[in-house]
Amino acid sequence: MKDFNGKVLFLDRADINTDEIIPAKYLTEISKSALQPYLLEDLKLANFSLEDLKGKSIILTRENFGCGSSREHAPWALEVNGINLVIAENFARIFKQNMFNCGMMAVELSKEKIDEIFKTFNGKETTIETDIANGKLIIKSSDTNIEVDFSVSEFDKSLVEAGGWINYADKNY
Amino acid sequence: MGKTIAQKIFDSHKVDNPAGDINVINLDAVFCHEITTPVAINDLIERGIDRVFDPNKIKAVIDHVTPSKDSKTATQAKIMRDWARKQGIKDFFDVGQNGVCHALFPEKGFVRPGYTIIMGDSHTCTHGAFGAFAAGVGTTDLEVGILKGVCAFHYPETIKIEITGTLQKNVFAKDVILSIIGKIGVNGATNKVMEFTGPVVDRMTMEERMTLCNMAIEAGGTSGVCYPDRTTVDYLWEFIKNDYSSKEDALEDFSKWNSDSDAAYSIKLTHDISNLKPMMTVGYKPDEVQEVNGKEKIKVDQIYIGSCTNGRIEDLREAAAVLKNQSISPDVRGILSPATPAVYKQALKEGLIDIFMDAGFCVTNPTCGACLGMSNGVLASGEVCASTTNRNFNGRMGKGGMVHLMSPAVAAATSIAGFITTPDKIDEERSQLK
Repeated sequence: MKDFNGKVLFLDRADINTDEIIPAKYLTEISKSALQPYLLEDLKLANFSLEDLKGKSIILTRENFGCGSSREHAPWALEVNGINLVIAENFARIFKQNMFNCGMMAVELSKEKIDEIFKTFNGKETTIETDIANGKLIIKSSDTNIEVDFSVSEFDKSLVEAGGWINYADKNY
Repeated sequence: MGKTIAQKIFDSHKVDNPAGDINVINLDAVFCHEITTPVAINDLIERGIDRVFDPNKIKAVIDHVTPSKDSKTATQAKIMRDWARKQGIKDFFDVGQNGVCHALFPEKGFVRPGYTIIMGDSHTCTHGAFGAFAAGVGTTDLEVGILKGVCAFHYPETIKIEITGTLQKNVFAKDVILSIIGKIGVNGATNKVMEFTGPVVDRMTMEERMTLCNMAIEAGGTSGVCYPDRTTVDYLWEFIKNDYSSKEDALEDFSKWNSDSDAAYSIKLTHDISNLKPMMTVGYKPDEVQEVNGKEKIKVDQIYIGSCTNGRIEDLREAAAVLKNQSISPDVRGILSPATPAVYKQALKEGLIDIFMDAGFCVTNPTCGACLGMSNGVLASGEVCASTTNRNFNGRMGKGGMVHLMSPAVAAATSIAGFITTPDKIDEERSQLK
C-alpha cells in the first residue's frame, strides 16, 4: 500500500482541472517519471508558486478537483511528486476513479470540514497522518491538532489494498 | 419502478457487483487513441499479459497529434501501430485514414444503441447520442478494458433534461449545450448520466445530438445519452441492414432501450430554448457562458473550427454559409480542421473548402491538435482564440492563451469581423470598422 502521510499543500480554489494539473503538451511522455517537473504548471491561483510543492505529500483543496480530461497523467504527476492523497469537498468522477485505480486516495470531506481545516491550518506548516483502518485523518500544526473522520467505499478501499484496479481485475475477472 | 436507458444498458451487461452500487459491466467496444493507450500497452507488455480481450471489439486511431510532429509523438504512434498489427486489430486508423476519434468511430458504424463503450478520453460521452452508455476513463480502466473487456462503474443515476421550444435562426446545438452547462455548472452532473430528451432533441440530426452529448463531461456527466429513434436508424442503416428485415424492425428493437415513463431520476429539468441566443464562454470554465451581445468588442487572434464537438460536415456547412463571398479580417488567422477524411472529402465535393480557403482560412488534416494545444494552431501567451471546441481551460490551446467557445456560425462571423460577433451583425459591424 502507498504512503498517505506527510506535509499538506493547500490549494484554495474550486474546479482545478486536469489541464492545470498537467498540461496536455506533456502527454507525449510515455513514462510517468518524465511528468515530475510539470505538476500544476498551469494552475491559476494567486500567490501559488511551483516552489510550494516542495516536500508536500498531500493536497487539500475545494470542490470538483480534477475536472476535465480523463488523463491519468494527472494522478501520475501527483504520484511521481510523492503525493498519493488528495482531500477535497468532491472530485470529478474520472479523476477520482483514476486515483483509486492507481492505488492512491481521493478523500471527500464535507464543505464545513474543509472550511474548518482551511481556516485552522492554511498558512501554517501542516502534516496529516492517515489511519485507513479506523478512517481517521490526524491533522497537525505546531499549535493545533485535530482528528477528522473520513470514509471511502468498500470497493475503493479494496483497490487501495490491492495496489490498484489492474491487480484487482486480473485476480477477479 | 421503471428504469432509465442507462440502467437498462447496465442491467443487460452486468458481470459482477463487487461492493455497494459498483457494477462491473462487460464492454461492447473499447476505443483507443495514441495519447492514453501506449502507457497501457507498455504496462501489459511489462506484466507479461500482452493480450486483448477481443480484437474485433477494439477500435484504434492515431488522432491527437497526426502526422507525428516530433520524436515523442512518433513513438506514441509507433507503439499504437505495432500493437494493432500484433493484436490483429483490423479497425485501426493511421495517417491517411485517421480523424478525430469521436467523429470517426460513429461514422464507421461502431456505435450502436444499447452498447457499452469506454475510451481513455473524456469526450467519449459523445457516443451516447446513439443511445449507448459511453464513458471516458483513465489509462488503468482502459488497460483492464483492453485485457478483460470489463469496466467498473457506480450504478447510473440520471439527470433528465427535456429540451423544449424552437431554435431561432443562428442558434445551434452548441448553443443549447453551452446554455445547459451554464445553468447546471461544471459540477452539475458529476457521477450522473445526462439524458437529453424532448421535441428539440427529437428534431435534431445525429450530428447535432453528438454535439449535445459531447459536452456532457463539461458538466461532470459520466455519459450523455439520447433515445435511439428513426433518425438513429437512418444514420446506422448502411451498417445494420443485414441484421434487420426493415427500418421499422430496427426501430422496434432499438426502442427497447428507451427509458420507462416511471423511471427514477435524480433530477428532472425542462430547458426551454425558444429565446436562446448565440452563446459563448468568457472565463476559464465551460459554465462561464453568456450571450454573444456585441456590447464589448472581444478581439481575437485566431479562429479554430474543428474538433469532436463541431468538426463534422453540418458544422462546416454552417460556417461556410456565413463565410461565402467574405474574407476574414487581416488581423486574424483562421484554421479549419475537418474532423475526418470523409468530412474533408464531402466538404471538397460541396465546394465548402473553396469557400473557407477563398475567405483566407488554412485547412489542416483531420486531427485533435489545436483543441488541446498540442499541434496545428497552438496559441502564444496573451493570444485569444474563438473556437468551436469544448474546453476553455487556462492554457488549454497554449500556455497563457485565452479560449472562447462558440458555435461554428459565430466562429465564422468572428473571423470576418476580427472580434466576437454573430452572423447577422457582420455587415453592420464591418461598416463600423471602416
